[in-house]
Amino acid sequence: MLGTDEGQVREVLARMLAEDQATLVRDWAGQQAGTGPESGRELQREATGLLEALRGAVGGSLPVARIVEQDPAVRDALTSWSERRARVGAEPSATAMAMLALKRTMLGAIERHTEDSALRYRAALLVNELLDSAGVLTFAVYASGRERIIREQHSQVLELSTPVVRLWRHVLAVPLIGTLDSARAQVVMNSLLEAIQANEARVAIIDITGVPTVDTAVAQHLLQTVGAVRLMGAECVVSGIRPSIAQTITQLGIDLSHIVTRGSLADALATAMRLIDEGTRPGGVTG
Amino acid sequence: MSAGLPILRLGDILLGGLLSDLDDKTALAFTDELTERIANEGIRGVIIDISRLEIIDSFVARVLMQLAGTGRLLGARMVVAGMRPAVALTLTELGLRLTGVATALNAEQAMELLGWRRPAEEAPHAP
Amino acid sequence: MRPDERIGEEHDVHPVRVEEDLLAARHAVRAAAVAAGFSIVDQTKIVTAASELVRNAYIHGGGGTMTVGVVRDARGRTGLRLQVRDDGPGIADVEQAMTDGFSTGAGLGHGLGGTRRLVDDFHLDTAPGRGTTVTVVRWKP
Repeated sequence: MLGTDEGQVREVLARMLAEDQATLVRDWAGQQAGTGPESGRELQREATGLLEALRGAVGGSLPVARIVEQDPAVRDALTSWSERRARVGAEPSATAMAMLALKRTMLGAIERHTEDSALRYRAALLVNELLDSAGVLTFAVYASGRERIIREQHSQVLELSTPVVRLWRHVLAVPLIGTLDSARAQVVMNSLLEAIQANEARVAIIDITGVPTVDTAVAQHLLQTVGAVRLMGAECVVSGIRPSIAQTITQLGIDLSHIVTRGSLADALATAMRLIDEGTRPGGVTG
Repeated sequence: MSAGLPILRLGDILLGGLLSDLDDKTALAFTDELTERIANEGIRGVIIDISRLEIIDSFVARVLMQLAGTGRLLGARMVVAGMRPAVALTLTELGLRLTGVATALNAEQAMELLGWRRPAEEAPHAP
Repeated sequence: MRPDERIGEEHDVHPVRVEEDLLAARHAVRAAAVAAGFSIVDQTKIVTAASELVRNAYIHGGGGTMTVGVVRDARGRTGLRLQVRDDGPGIADVEQAMTDGFSTGAGLGHGLGGTRRLVDDFHLDTAPGRGTTVTVVRWKP
C-alpha cells in the first residue's frame, strides 16, 4: 500500500541482496562476460564485492542519495571497478552498460521477491536512484582514469623524445617548449637535468627560438630551469632571443639580468666554449 | 663519538661526502670537524660530495651555507658537488637558494673549479 | 580540498619527540610515497615537505606527531596525506610564517610558504596557545 516506510523498503532490499546474492552475482557477471578481458571468475569476484557493499549500505542509515559518494565500501568497490576498466582501455559505454545491466538484474530480483506492488514500486525507485548515481561515479572515475593514463603515456613519450642535443664536449642544447603545462614542463626539466648529469655537461644552452611569445608562465619556467641547472653546478646560456621577445620580456618586467643570453645558437655555443675555457662561471657562486 | 663521515685530504683540498640519510647530529659533527681541519691544516679548498644525498631541506641548506661562509673566512673555498636532479628541482620549487655556495656537477669538476688540473690534459676543445 | 578527501586506508602515526624521530619520519614518508607509486622527483618533494613540517613541530612546537597515509578523491586520484600536529605555542603571525625564512635561508623561520609550493593541498590550523596542525596532500598526477 502507499505510504510504505523507506526503512521497511531498505530492509527488504537488504534481505533480498543477502538471500539472492549468488544468483545476482552470476546474473550480472554473466551479462558482462565477453565485454572485456576480465575472466568469469574475476567478474564474479568484483560483483560479489560490490553487491556485499551495496547490501551493507542499503541496510544502513546513510541517505540513499549519499551512499555512492560516502559509503566507503560502496565507493571503493565502484572506484576500483572503474579504474580497472580504465586501465584495460574498455569502451566508455562499458561502464554505463554494466550499471544498466546491474539495474536490470536487481529489478528482476525485486519482482521475484515480492508481490506487493507498492513495495516493488518503492524498491525500484530506490534501486534506480542508487544505481544512477553509481553510473555517474563509475563514468567519472573511468574518464579521469583514462585521462591520467593518456597523460602518463604522453609523459613517457615526452621524456623519451625530449630533444637534448650534445652540441659539443660538455655542452648540451635543448629547445624550450613554451606551451607545456607545468606538470609536463617538469618532465622536460627533469630530462634536461639528468642529461646534464649523464653527459657531465658544463653548459646547457636553452634555445627559445621556437617559443612564439614569452609570457609570465614561460618566463617562470625558464627561470626555474636556469635555477635548477645552476644548483647542479652547470651554467646556462639562453639563445634565440629575438628583438620582439626581448621587448616583451622587458615590458613584463621580468629580470633576466643574471642570465647570459644570446641571439643565435652559434653565439651561444661560442659563449659556452669560452665559459668552459675560463673554468669559471659567471654565477660561479650561486645566489 | 666521531662524525662517522669520511674526510679525505688531497694536497690542500679536503674532500668529504654526505650520505643519503643525514641526521642533525651527524651534520653538525661533520661541520665541526671540517672547520677545525680547515683552520689547522692550511686548507684552501673543500669539496662536499652530495651525490648520495636524497633530501636537502632548509636545515641541510643552512648547514651548507654556514660551512661555506665559515670556510671562506678561514681562507678556503667550498664547492658542493653532485646534486641530484630531483633535489635540484625540489630546491628550485621550494625557493631555497644556496647563497654563497659554489656547485659543481661532480667531484672531478669541483677539483677543476678549485684549480686542480689533470697532468695529461687533452686539447680543451676536442668534441 | 577537504570535502573531496576521503581517508581510504590506514594512516600511520609517528611521534616527533626526539631528534631521532625526524629521521624516522622522513623514512616513513619516503616508504609511503614509494608504495603509492610516486616518481622519484615527487617523492623527493613530499619527503622534503615532511622534513620541514616535522622539524617545525620539533623546534617550534615542542614536539608532536606526524600522520601519513594514502587518500583518494572524488575522481579516484591517489594522494599522500601528511598531518603534522604539535601542542606548542601556536603561530601568532601566520602571514609571517608563510613568507619568512626561505629566501635568505638564514634564521629559524617556519618557511611554510616554501613547503606549500611542494604540495598540492595545504591547510594550516593554528592559534596562540592552541598548538599547530598542518595538513598537506600531494596527488599523483
